[in-house]
Amino acid sequence: MTFSKLTLYLVASAAFFTAGTLAQAETIKVGVIATFSGPNAIWGKQFREAIDVYVAQHGDEVGGHKIQFIYKDVGGPNADASKAAAQELLVREGVKYLAGFDFTPNAVAVAPLTKQAKVPAVIFNAGTSSINKQSEFFLRTSFTLAQLAQPAAEWAAKNGSKKVITAVSDYNPGIDAETAFAASFEKNGGTVLEKIRMPLQTNDFAPFLQRIKNSGADTVFTFLPVGPATFAFTKAYNENGLKAAGVSFIGNGETDETTLDALGDQAIGLVTAYHYSDVHESGLNKSFVAKLKELHPGSRANMASVGAYDGAELIYRMIKAAGTDGTKAIEAAKGMEWESPRGPVKMDPVSRTVVQNVYLRRVEKGADGKLVNREFATVPNVPDLGFNP
Amino acid sequence: MSLILSIVVDGVAYGMILFMISVGLSITMGLMRIINLAHGGFALLGGAAVHLLTTRLDVAFVPAFLVAVLAVVLVSVLLERLLYRHIYGFNELGQVLATIGIVFIMIATVNLFLGSTILPLGAPAIFTTPIDLGFRTLPFHRLVVIISGLLVLAGLWFLMEKTRFGIYLRAAVDNRVAAASLGINTPLVYLVAFALGAGLAAVGGILGAELLPIEAYYPLRYMVLFLIVVSVGGLGSISGSFLASIGLGILDTAGRYLLPGVGTIFFFVAIVVLLALRPNGLMGKAQ
Repeated sequence: MTFSKLTLYLVASAAFFTAGTLAQAETIKVGVIATFSGPNAIWGKQFREAIDVYVAQHGDEVGGHKIQFIYKDVGGPNADASKAAAQELLVREGVKYLAGFDFTPNAVAVAPLTKQAKVPAVIFNAGTSSINKQSEFFLRTSFTLAQLAQPAAEWAAKNGSKKVITAVSDYNPGIDAETAFAASFEKNGGTVLEKIRMPLQTNDFAPFLQRIKNSGADTVFTFLPVGPATFAFTKAYNENGLKAAGVSFIGNGETDETTLDALGDQAIGLVTAYHYSDVHESGLNKSFVAKLKELHPGSRANMASVGAYDGAELIYRMIKAAGTDGTKAIEAAKGMEWESPRGPVKMDPVSRTVVQNVYLRRVEKGADGKLVNREFATVPNVPDLGFNP
Repeated sequence: MSLILSIVVDGVAYGMILFMISVGLSITMGLMRIINLAHGGFALLGGAAVHLLTTRLDVAFVPAFLVAVLAVVLVSVLLERLLYRHIYGFNELGQVLATIGIVFIMIATVNLFLGSTILPLGAPAIFTTPIDLGFRTLPFHRLVVIISGLLVLAGLWFLMEKTRFGIYLRAAVDNRVAAASLGINTPLVYLVAFALGAGLAAVGGILGAELLPIEAYYPLRYMVLFLIVVSVGGLGSISGSFLASIGLGILDTAGRYLLPGVGTIFFFVAIVVLLALRPNGLMGKAQ
């Protein structure tokens, strides 16, 4: 009995040490969970292309480890598929880092798994503040809605807006944006006349905009998901004569680079508060955009690209600092600072979301005739304002 | 008062777009009795063709529009000859599966060549100019859509009720064997009706793109909307589709003006009530 116990111990420890030494030479796998098919496939595409750029610029080796990215498609906002994908990546593929997560429910679904497996998960997009409370293994390189809506409100209040109507899509991110904007706008002396929540599946926004026009508001703040809804909303804003009547527009991601061309000239002059523009003036951004164009002609960098690019940077840094030890990697990540294509960023040790500059941008025609988001004011070092631990 | 006028104007404009897109479906699904879920696909192809011609090849909007509709009609003729001819004989489930497969092929093709983001149509600048109606402004393209919708309605009514083709089509769908034995070339009648439905889908897709923008997943995104119009209007009834479109347009718009928070639920509840009272739709014939 004693003998067999001893053997077991010896075998177990031998296995452990062999595994340990093997891990040193092994490739470290990073599982990227995102949407690569269906109407939201653009997310996965942008993530993957940005990671391609990062790997092309920095190589696929760090600290003696070879890095391999494995992509898993979950086909859209689908919590169950996301959880299943994470399970498969962790158990079958043995990934040591998770990444991706375009939609909030997809991130929330893997929270228990990250805690159980002690595997860091880097969120490239999902922007609801509460996500990072679900697991201490979540890190976020995108943004949160409070982080964007609050600077937007402050800027609007200081630049002539007195009476505002908020018009947001009726879903969690929209309500987050509405709450953050309204609270901050009122604190800065403005009045919120009305808060309109518009159905998510609507494409005819004329009634809402007509209502806003008739209300006597001088500004409309909006948050809508990128895609057909944004397109129709900005169109209705112009066509119902709000622009002509002098009602200012302030949004967040409505003029995203991937849909900006589709919006066309009617988008010129729209003001948004956001953390990234593909024409951000910095050498690093120029080389990032140039490499992306070289590897994937026809692609345009947007906030999903920069979220994934910085996510890859963060993962490389964690691997350098802690190898495959997830708990150590998270500790190392807290407070990390680096230069991103969007400007300086820092991992907030408490909220584990990047602290970053928020820029006020206006849509203009660029040198090549394409529309761009030109930054004209900066609110420096904004943390996730919606995180209360 | 101006609120009621606004609701009517916006509702009619929105309803007319719904009519333009779904009237073709009413022909294939209602008159020909084939469950054609690929209908939105033809609207997508029409829009994608205009996008290619206007933004990539610098063709003006009107010729691009005509070429695109013609191209969709040609594609639909080919598809009818090669695929749909067999699908007519399937049972309902078979038709659903086959046509949804065709939708996926169309989506994948557009996605492969043009990507999954919105495809802008290079519409002339006058389309977006606001027209002042006195109590409010309305973009010019909505007027174009309203007028086109009325023209299509009149043209279809004339075609179905007053021409030999209309008589042949109604005879062919009611009893194909009897019609054929009377010397009506039923395969040709089906081909023309199918091409007409696809062509109308393309017209509706292009003109409606200001409201329902063209992108690869267009057919799936709006499929439910088109099916609602046809089922509320009654299968095979063009005037029913028209009434349903305008009614639903006004209902939906009124919901948005008066109850912005719960407008959508209101819309679906109204449809459920209507279908409970009239299971065959507003103008549906008893099966």
